[in-house]
Amino acid sequence: MDKLIKILRGLHPEVDFENCEKLIDGKILDSFDIISIISEINEEFDVTISAEYIVPENFNSAKALYALIEKLEDED
Amino acid sequence: MQTNVLDYLITAAKKAPEKMAYSNGKEEMTFGEVYDRSRSVGTFLHKSGICKEPVIIFMEKHPKTIAAFYGVIFGGDYYIPVDVEMPENRIRLIFENVKSKMMICNADTMERAKELGFDGQIVDCDEICHTGVDEAALHTIYERTIDTDPIYIVFTSGSTGVPKGVTACHRSVIDYVEHLSEALSFDEDTVFGSQSPLYVDACLKELYPTLKFCASAYLIPKELFMFPVKLVEFLNEYKINTICWVVSALTMISAFGTFKTVTPKYLRLVAFVSEIFPIKEFHKWQEAAPDATFVNLYGPTEGTGVCCYYIVDREFEPGGVIPAGRPFRNTDILLLNDRNEEASSGEGGEICIRGTSLSLGYYNAPEKTAEVFVQNPLNPFYPELIYRTGDMGRWNERGELEFISRRDYQIKHMGHRIELGEIEANVNLLDEVRMTGCIYDKVKNKIVLYYVGDMEEGELAAALKEKLPRYMFPNRIIRLEQMPFTLNGKIDRVALKEMYEK
Repeated sequence: MDKLIKILRGLHPEVDFENCEKLIDGKILDSFDIISIISEINEEFDVTISAEYIVPENFNSAKALYALIEKLEDED
Repeated sequence: MQTNVLDYLITAAKKAPEKMAYSNGKEEMTFGEVYDRSRSVGTFLHKSGICKEPVIIFMEKHPKTIAAFYGVIFGGDYYIPVDVEMPENRIRLIFENVKSKMMICNADTMERAKELGFDGQIVDCDEICHTGVDEAALHTIYERTIDTDPIYIVFTSGSTGVPKGVTACHRSVIDYVEHLSEALSFDEDTVFGSQSPLYVDACLKELYPTLKFCASAYLIPKELFMFPVKLVEFLNEYKINTICWVVSALTMISAFGTFKTVTPKYLRLVAFVSEIFPIKEFHKWQEAAPDATFVNLYGPTEGTGVCCYYIVDREFEPGGVIPAGRPFRNTDILLLNDRNEEASSGEGGEICIRGTSLSLGYYNAPEKTAEVFVQNPLNPFYPELIYRTGDMGRWNERGELEFISRRDYQIKHMGHRIELGEIEANVNLLDEVRMTGCIYDKVKNKIVLYYVGDMEEGELAAALKEKLPRYMFPNRIIRLEQMPFTLNGKIDRVALKEMYEK
């Protein structure tokens, strides 16, 4: 989780990613961010988030995103 | 000969008043509705004594926004679409430049509009659209309009930190719409899926051809460009057959493997613009839309829309470059070398544009205009302007134009044209920052900002959000103890790049 928070902080140092649950609905993340996040998750965790998982629910909180990473890691 | 862009709308409203013109998937307007609404807006402006004036449009991406544009033109004025999410500082710079007396917004943007320190009157488009149309007054305005009168100003990044307002007229837009339509074979069955925001000139591609052909255009909500599967589903739901998008919007779909889940079913034309299309991703698109024609578009805002096109007619190997092709009819491209002579075949030169499609220049900025809208150096005999793009290009062995690079620090990032100098100028405005240098990582498409100063990276990011539009925001902010310099004392961007690559 720390690694993920670090990636997110790199994009928006001022956001409280531990607690925020409306990263998409609250328009905090935008398309630029989504693309950066996916490419960095790919580098850091070695998991590929394919299009079917790129939906608002998975990106609204760091927690949801981390759950997705774990799920994809298990599938590997 | 057509001399007024409104003729497109007047004809469409007669021919197909009931047909849907523009929609955002939730709300739509017919040609008749667009016509009526814009006539009311035009009359309102006339009654307010606003004629031959710049009018700010401060509204979201919506069919009503487009009707407001046409309304401004009916009033004999020119529209200035402003991004509603743009930071206040930058909006104020635009206001200072245009000194507009009137701003049109709607209920959603009214509150923000009032906070911007705007000097003129602020009106709600949903109120002024009830103005009873004064046919005689609008007719007089129409009769007195000439085709070199301006119709819009769009603002683009300026290297000194002050945005530049590119001003286009009826004539340049008509020339563009006619020749773009001819080259890309739009027709009445065309269903556009418009990606571009309404505050850039890229939206001309859909706005005016929709009127010209009584076609239809869907303004795709920008949130969808985060979620590729939903985006392709949107294309399919509305049977969108024509898209002219920035490359980054297309590669966002292909690179994440979207086509394994869903493929576009109706596309017959995929035009791409603003960046180099990586061939690997291009091939995925060709495979996913095998019946579509693919077209590369090239051209700066100053040339009104785009000026060159290439219809993909051969295979490209990975690592190859899809050319910019050739200019539209009635536009000419010159390549000028360092000696201001025409570059010889194969030699690189600065891409310069000649023709009716040239915009009028930068609004209220004669010096900046004179730097790049210059007398054709090949013609000493009579006045003839060309626009120096600052892009380097060459003619390949097939006689097609190929883009090589930029001459300066202008970049293309996610489809947006950005001067790295504008980012630096805004960072330098912060008291705590002593020095800053900005570079662009072309491989990963990241804007990287280095700085020396007394503030944390997070603080700087927060402060910068007040100043820069979202698309200019650095993807990486790195604080340094010391800035590298070149021998003549300038910030050494090459050294910064090396540092970054390590």
